[in-house]
Amino acid sequence: MSTKRIDEATGTQTVGHEWDGIEELDTPMPRWWLWTFYLTIVFAIGYVVVYPAFPMLHGASKGLWGWSSRGDLAAETRKANASRANVLSQIAVTPIQSLQGKPELMKAAVAGGRAAFRVNCVQCHGSGAAGVPGLYPNLNDDDWLWGGNLQEIEQTITHGIRQPGDKDTRTSLMPSFGRNQLLTTDQIEDVVSHVRTISHQEKASAASARGAKLFADNCAVCHGPAGTGQRQFGAPNLTDKIWLYGGSREKVVQSLTNAHAGVMPAWHERLDPVTIKMLAAYVHSLGGGEDFATPAQADTKIAANARP
Amino acid sequence: MRAPDTAGTAPLYEKRKSVFPKSVDGRFRRLKWAWMGVTLAIYYVTPWLRWDRGPYAPDQAVLIDLAHRRFYMFGIEIWPHEFYFVAGLLIMAGIGLFLVTTAVGRAWCGYSCPQTVWTDLFQHVDRLIDGDRNAQMRLQNAPWTTHKIAKRSLKWSVYLVISFWTGGAWILYFADAPTLVRDFWSGNAAPVAYGAAALLTATTFVLGGFLREQVCIYMCPWPRIQSAMLDENSLIVTYKDWRGEPRGSVKEARHASTPLGDCIDCDQCVAVCPTGIDIREGPQIGCITCALCIDACDKVMSQLGRPPRLIDYATLQGCEREKAGGAKESVLKTLLRPRTLVYLGVWCTIGLALLFALGTRQHFDISAAKDRNPVYMVLSDGSVRNGFTIKLRNMESRPREIEVGIEGLPGAAMWSDDMARSQAARSLKATVAPDQADTIRIYVIAPAGTKAQDFKFTARPIDAEGGSQDHTSHFDVPGDV
Repeated sequence: MSTKRIDEATGTQTVGHEWDGIEELDTPMPRWWLWTFYLTIVFAIGYVVVYPAFPMLHGASKGLWGWSSRGDLAAETRKANASRANVLSQIAVTPIQSLQGKPELMKAAVAGGRAAFRVNCVQCHGSGAAGVPGLYPNLNDDDWLWGGNLQEIEQTITHGIRQPGDKDTRTSLMPSFGRNQLLTTDQIEDVVSHVRTISHQEKASAASARGAKLFADNCAVCHGPAGTGQRQFGAPNLTDKIWLYGGSREKVVQSLTNAHAGVMPAWHERLDPVTIKMLAAYVHSLGGGEDFATPAQADTKIAANARP
Repeated sequence: MRAPDTAGTAPLYEKRKSVFPKSVDGRFRRLKWAWMGVTLAIYYVTPWLRWDRGPYAPDQAVLIDLAHRRFYMFGIEIWPHEFYFVAGLLIMAGIGLFLVTTAVGRAWCGYSCPQTVWTDLFQHVDRLIDGDRNAQMRLQNAPWTTHKIAKRSLKWSVYLVISFWTGGAWILYFADAPTLVRDFWSGNAAPVAYGAAALLTATTFVLGGFLREQVCIYMCPWPRIQSAMLDENSLIVTYKDWRGEPRGSVKEARHASTPLGDCIDCDQCVAVCPTGIDIREGPQIGCITCALCIDACDKVMSQLGRPPRLIDYATLQGCEREKAGGAKESVLKTLLRPRTLVYLGVWCTIGLALLFALGTRQHFDISAAKDRNPVYMVLSDGSVRNGFTIKLRNMESRPREIEVGIEGLPGAAMWSDDMARSQAARSLKATVAPDQADTIRIYVIAPAGTKAQDFKFTARPIDAEGGSQDHTSHFDVPGDV
């Protein structure tokens, strides 16, 4: 078997095997390759000594350097927190009314709010803050139940809406006109005709004329004589195109029969004031945020809604 | 290291056969000197060249600014989104290697490869400190006396200085050179600068100082690719065996019964070879075609009064013809072959296309990313709003005012998130900082009843240079998504 020989052309010894005349040269490995191999062994031993390596009964060996990926994370988190501390403390001392006057701070607040929103708010309002029809309001549009300037948004987030046990929460209760037999089925149909007329979904009719009278008696106290809503009661504007609970005849009948009363939790117990401020800035930045003074109609609302 | 089974078999590992190339003078050695000077000068000097780009951009002629994602090369500035220029250059470099290989064989290996250049440099250091080939060999075999230790320490220190200078020059391509040098020595440079300098110092020291030709023979894939690329028309350094054989010294020739060839077996070609091969064994992977053996052999031939170029740059085909008694073919004819010309054509085409693209590229750009969540928003008056994130790129090193407009989408208006809706218009102006990409949140609003449709964002710089770019986007409305 062993037919090792010196190959003439190369002067190298063959390995001694032969397959149909094909032989293999036994070219020696270069010595530097061996050294490199030894170096990798030295490296491996060093690695095992300084880094966690051997599985033990509980966890693994710690290694001389005490490195851990959790430690890395903790260090990175500390670093990130430290780098944010300055901005956060500036946001903390800046009254929310003057946040808009400081674009850099506002930008930082919006970015921080976006992160906090993803953790705390998306469960109901959705990751795009577009809400869920029939359940949770859309925060991108220009329609606000309780007010859309920074301060009002902050108030809403801090104390929630209809949050039991929070004395500063904003609350209101629309009567269930149908279920509690405050209005008959026919009367409800008439009111709905009126509501759909003022929102330009139906033409005026005899039914809507009857409904107008009923509306003035039963609804105007909260929704306003013209049906444009009143924010101190969270009463939505019934003349616009945005319907949280649906604007079709069927849906409005349902809302009148069994009234809705959405609840939003108060967040001041779970989130710190800076985070809430940043959340308010983020929600305000979504495209529908209102300024403090400009819209004339909002002015009166804010005045009416002013709190000590 | 012995083979595990039987004694007397070949060893498993082979020690490097030290190479002590003898110094030589001649045409190709001088060419190599000159080219070594050029390549080293390019490498060491380039980071120090300045190029004025105005107040908003760095003034280093060649700068790879990884932190800011910019690549500067004299008058050219490349952004990450234009990386195809760099890709094009790499393709040109690849095809350029093919072209050079086809035309002049392994000229890259012999003259321009950094491994060759630095090895050559280090071998000159060897000669300077230890003396020429014979002195080097004597010292190698000498016991470790104080004298040898002193010489070795000196030599390795010089290696280290050259290596450090090499590794240090490398990092200067990635930051402003004067600033980095100051920071480097005052300990204020980034850790990655020290790391890169240390790593390249180490690799230069080991690869250039000690591994040398082993890199070419064992590690580098290029010689393998080259063996596949060379053909009978490629210029290679070759020994004209029909003229040289049978070899024998002048004395032997006098006593030989049959006339001997021109080769007097003086081994000068082997002595000068930086990779330690014998070219007379034919073309081989260790031959980097540095042509120093041609210089050595020519010198011997002229001393003997025999015709030069027993070892020559020649093609295999040319050799066959010469062997059969034909004339030596001209170098020009060797170079102007269809294969060379096709490579040259492809290389030039890519180069011209890149130059054309570079010359006609716009120095500003607009792109728009549509909000996906929510895709549209109905406002209280029934109008529909879509949100977009617009990116305006200003690649000039001066601030530019750019007018962003809407094309299509009748009745639509837009405003950015730092404006009020009451300011919405068909166009808005944004000032983009020099050499920056600005991001603007834009809301586009269209009246109720608008159908879902494509439309364009246009960008037009308001300055003398002008120009226009657009980006097609889409407007979504309820029920049409």
